[in-house]
Amino acid sequence: MNEHIEVDIKVPNQTRYLSLIGKIGEDIARTLKMYKGNREELAYQINLVLTEATTNAIRHASAESPSPHVHITISIQEQTLRIRVFDEGQGFDISNLPAPAPQSLDEHGRGVYLIRSIMDRVTYRQLDGGHVLEMEKTLG
Amino acid sequence: MMVNTTEKGGVVLMEIREERLDAHNSGDLKAQMLNLFEEGKINLLINLKDVRFVDSSGLGALVSGYKNASARNGNLKLCGLQSQVKSMFELTRLHRVFEIFPGTEEALASF
Repeated sequence: MNEHIEVDIKVPNQTRYLSLIGKIGEDIARTLKMYKGNREELAYQINLVLTEATTNAIRHASAESPSPHVHITISIQEQTLRIRVFDEGQGFDISNLPAPAPQSLDEHGRGVYLIRSIMDRVTYRQLDGGHVLEMEKTLG
Repeated sequence: MMVNTTEKGGVVLMEIREERLDAHNSGDLKAQMLNLFEEGKINLLINLKDVRFVDSSGLGALVSGYKNASARNGNLKLCGLQSQVKSMFELTRLHRVFEIFPGTEEALASF
């Protein structure tokens, strides 16, 4: 049976909702019937990617945004996990940033590196009135 | 952010009583560490045993504390990491920056 899951989340663009979004991601990992790998590791990874991408969208949201919300979709279809995080701000293209140097003592910049380490494909596109960060991972 | 702070033989032990250390509460941790540095405390031990999840902001706050302690000729060390949290330090190579101990006893003895 094809296990097809679509989850659509919209929350105010405040960091207090990160925990809620992360927990939804963890529960998806624990629920998947077809996944044969380490479920708790996948749960952490989805939680982390959602947390990092949502934090970026919140930090770079436009102050004049008409609806100060973050919109996130999570889908699983035919072993592809696809997470989309929509922002309504001026945008912040994380898909072309360099990875931090090993043992760097910078306080920032690790979020992008973590997303790219975990996900197989990361793209950032302009949309009407905002941007979407799209991240895909093949669940082997 | 809930933190239990006690002082043991010149080392301030900070027990993070939160399940997550993320962009929502890492700024608060940074501020609490800064207060301690300003009071002249330069040796900190952070116990992460209750922390199940840490993101890049949480790691950044700990790096900030580490740099502040080092700049004052002190030290910031970590203990009680859960396995997934430890994996985050390994993935970002920060396990080579911080001294990480299993429990508080051996960590306190190392200062």
